[in-house]
Amino acid sequence: MANKSPQIPSIAELMDKIKSGKIFSDIAKEITESQVWTSTFRHGYADTPRNRVLQIASNVWLHLHPVKIQRHALRIKFTWCMGGITFLLFLSTVVTGVILMFYYRPVGEYAYYDMKYLQYDVPFGMLMRNMHRWAAHAMVITVWLHMFRVFLTGSYKPPREFNWVIGVLLVTFTLLLSFTGYLLPWDQLAMWAVTVGTNMARATPFLGNEGPFAEYVGATPRYDVRALLIGGSLVGPPALLRFYVLHCIFIPLVAGALMIVHFWRIRKDGGISGPL
Amino acid sequence: MAQAAVAKKKVEGTQDKLHVWPYLVRLEFLCAILTIVALTVWSIVIDAPLEEAANPTKTPNPSKAPWYFLGLQDILVYFDPWFAGVVAPVLIIVGLMLIPYLDVNPKGNGYYTYHERKVAIWVYCFGFLVLWIALIIMGVFLRGPGWNLFMPWQYWDPHKVVALVNVDLPYAFGVRTYNGAMLFGGVVILGYFAVGTAIYFFMERKALKSVGFLRMFLKIELLLIMVGIVIKIVLRLGFNIKYVWVTPWFNI
Ligand code: HEM
Repeated sequence: MANKSPQIPSIAELMDKIKSGKIFSDIAKEITESQVWTSTFRHGYADTPRNRVLQIASNVWLHLHPVKIQRHALRIKFTWCMGGITFLLFLSTVVTGVILMFYYRPVGEYAYYDMKYLQYDVPFGMLMRNMHRWAAHAMVITVWLHMFRVFLTGSYKPPREFNWVIGVLLVTFTLLLSFTGYLLPWDQLAMWAVTVGTNMARATPFLGNEGPFAEYVGATPRYDVRALLIGGSLVGPPALLRFYVLHCIFIPLVAGALMIVHFWRIRKDGGISGPL
Repeated sequence: MAQAAVAKKKVEGTQDKLHVWPYLVRLEFLCAILTIVALTVWSIVIDAPLEEAANPTKTPNPSKAPWYFLGLQDILVYFDPWFAGVVAPVLIIVGLMLIPYLDVNPKGNGYYTYHERKVAIWVYCFGFLVLWIALIIMGVFLRGPGWNLFMPWQYWDPHKVVALVNVDLPYAFGVRTYNGAMLFGGVVILGYFAVGTAIYFFMERKALKSVGFLRMFLKIELLLIMVGIVIKIVLRLGFNIKYVWVTPWFNI
């Protein structure tokens, strides 16, 4: 008994440690005092109020947050976490989208076969394509849910009116992002969905060739807003190129800029809304 | 004394702030992990669709827009494209943007409540859940060839014949001349908006001073348009009315 090694505790001692939860701090201590740990991280993190503030304030990514927030803003029941998840899904489409761009050419002759190539020959190509597409669809749903919760909590009321307006622009651009991407696989589904969608532009009052009052403006099938949008009178290779540029450059830039304003305004408007 | 205690508690409640690190950051981290895991599993299990190569000479029947636009595509049954495809989306976007400026009810700012803003909640839920979501679900699952309605257990028969017995509203009321019909339709549509607006302003006349004319006017016109869409759907489905107002330039 007397020469029991200090490293090996008895079963009873171990049970006591597990029951009291002390086992966790013991394991943590074991890890943070190991040679690997101490050689990697030069000093420890003391959990003081000052350090908690610094973690946020002196980190370029985290300082998007305020250093303190109200207790209720943390509740998932209140925000449904939907704004944050929308943003995360947007970032996922950016990452997977850039990878897809390495393999995809927005040219009538190539586009469809590049999709096939991505699916069958590129390592993880199918996974990247799936993640890109499903994240885009999911983003449409989460942005609607986010908007729904913002409405239900009345968070568009003063002083947040303008951020709601930015939000409406964001939901519009989210749909446009999804819609322009829909054409890029250049398959039957893509071509005809976009044909149905862009045919609507034909009926624009004054500016579409079949719209009310078009005859007074002189709009024709080859010279109206729809032709401007798809670069011709039907959805063909010029439309593919236009949608590609809109999808990969123009709309993400605009949406990204709007998100920056959106997040900035959340903080300027006093953080997440709450009962006054 | 008891009241003071309650008041004090409330103040404390609102000033009760927590550090973002670690409380919010760890929650965001957890949410992010769950989302990414869900997305990855979903992407491993289900493949994105890729049909045969685009072929401009082969029109599929039905041709459907992306699912999130199917509510609008469904409105095409009841309205001409200039309204369903252009004016309606613009009105939706502008109308949504105007919400904070039209809803001047100061209550219910920053917390869930139904009782303090019943009308607002009803209008939004009706627009979102019925006119947007329900129409999308119908468009995805129940619209088949020729944009005809099929129940989930029915075969999508591309040759399904649906009798076209629709007539215009003036015709149904016995107006047979073109100009007469145009006049009749115009009176009905403009009358609907005029009477609706007048009734609203009369009922809410006390609010006019505090809310302002422009606000009240925009609010009631947008509401009348939304209700009008529903009326048109009912007229078509229940009474086989095609147009209410036919003019040389546009039909409603
Ligand atoms: C790409 C789309 C969007 C992103 C990434 C986004 C992101 C966010 C995030 C992260 C928040 C913090 C609170 C939360 O998560 O609920 C937030 C709040 C807010 N969002 Fe969005 N949002 C988007 C679209 C919208 C839309 C469509 C609307 C409304 C039309 C909107 C209106 C607001 C408002 C008013 C707040 C403040 C809420 C409050 O103080 O309680 N946002 N947004």
